Amino acid sequence: MDTTVTTGTEDSVWGGGNRPLGASYGKLMMWFFIVSDALTFSGFLVSYGFSRFKFIETWPIADEVFTHVPFFHGNYPMYYVAFMTFILIMSSVTMVLAVDAGHKMKQNSVIIYMFLTIIGGAIFVGSQAWEWATFIKGDYGAVETKGGRILQFVNAETGERAALADFATTLPEERVKHLKSEGIWFEQEGYKTSFSLNEVVEGFKATPNILIRTETITEEGEKTLLNREESLAKLLDGTQVVEGANLIHNEYGSRLFADFFFFITGFHGFHVFSGVVINIIIFFNVILGTYERRGHYEMVEKVGLYWHFVDLVWVFVFTFFYLV
Amino acid sequence: MAHEHKLEIFRGLVKFKSNVQKIWGVLIFLTIVTAVEVALGITKPRFLTHNYFIGMKLLNWIFIVLTLVKAYYITWDFMHMRDEKSSLRRAVVWTPIFLVCYLIFILLFEADYIYNVFKDGFMAWNF
Repeated sequence: MDTTVTTGTEDSVWGGGNRPLGASYGKLMMWFFIVSDALTFSGFLVSYGFSRFKFIETWPIADEVFTHVPFFHGNYPMYYVAFMTFILIMSSVTMVLAVDAGHKMKQNSVIIYMFLTIIGGAIFVGSQAWEWATFIKGDYGAVETKGGRILQFVNAETGERAALADFATTLPEERVKHLKSEGIWFEQEGYKTSFSLNEVVEGFKATPNILIRTETITEEGEKTLLNREESLAKLLDGTQVVEGANLIHNEYGSRLFADFFFFITGFHGFHVFSGVVINIIIFFNVILGTYERRGHYEMVEKVGLYWHFVDLVWVFVFTFFYLV
Repeated sequence: MAHEHKLEIFRGLVKFKSNVQKIWGVLIFLTIVTAVEVALGITKPRFLTHNYFIGMKLLNWIFIVLTLVKAYYITWDFMHMRDEKSSLRRAVVWTPIFLVCYLIFILLFEADYIYNVFKDGFMAWNF
């Protein structure tokens, strides 16, 4: 091409050094990654919507599932998740302040803001772990029917949920956890519940003020409460006691709810965790003065993009898992 | 590398003196939006849960709109999309929006169909 006659404009187009998007290679690649990761998360959230629309009449109500706040007893729906959201937005703010300080080449401010960002991320991951532990441990306990539906118990006088321990009797029976070594090699129980089905059924018959709540949502947006006769009849469908939630059984209702909860918040939590790790690496680089010598803090900007993206995803997870 | 920041939000209604001030301003706005969401989620006003728009409760529409508002300000001010060239902005924003809208459309329609099969079909699943 050197031999051809070129005008000035052609030179500036083909001669290299063009930046049509006005962003550096590294930032552009981070944007590409964010776009593809956003599509992955959208896939997860939309498949959650798919399952929810499929079982729209029986889906668990998030307000009744996530009601706990650490160190406090009682029913506080959503406050803790709102707190977690705020922590993540706050750490986004310290991150963008670090980026801003980086533009002004203020090393010490970048160190402080990066440190605060890492702390915020760590609090969030810790809260998420606590949320998981509470969800897995369970609240009141329930009975699962032949069709895999969940029957929960309500105190007829107060209208509040009744725990299995409130009414189940203790029968003189020995219930052993079923292990692989005791039967067919592919069958075993993950955990042993604190009451057997018999104990729950007998206790239910002996306590007249306990009613059953099914998964079906009424027009008022609440779960259907059966009367005493219906409850007694419904309880005969029960096949096992469920306490807490895992990938196969879920005392809160549809098991798909638990599956998506573990999958989506887990995948997001993993992003936060890797974000914290990357932030720590950049944090040490800032302390060592790597970017001071390089003359610019673009690495902080790039990791900042990733960190804000994690926050952005949480905004959507918060809406579709906890609010809608 | 966009070193100059555009300091106006709400289409020029609010203009900040420096980038740091704008960050705090956006934080306040995002906090207010989140607080509104949580307050609505806890109180669940009756006229919002009993009125529907395109098959979904008004309350849920409000949540989704507020989420998109929050997403806009996180992307535009925290990720500095406001300061990027329009070509980069459009490439990054419209591609996922188009694909996600398409995905939402096909999957939710399919889910509603399966819901009707479960409801009207001869298969018992709620036993």
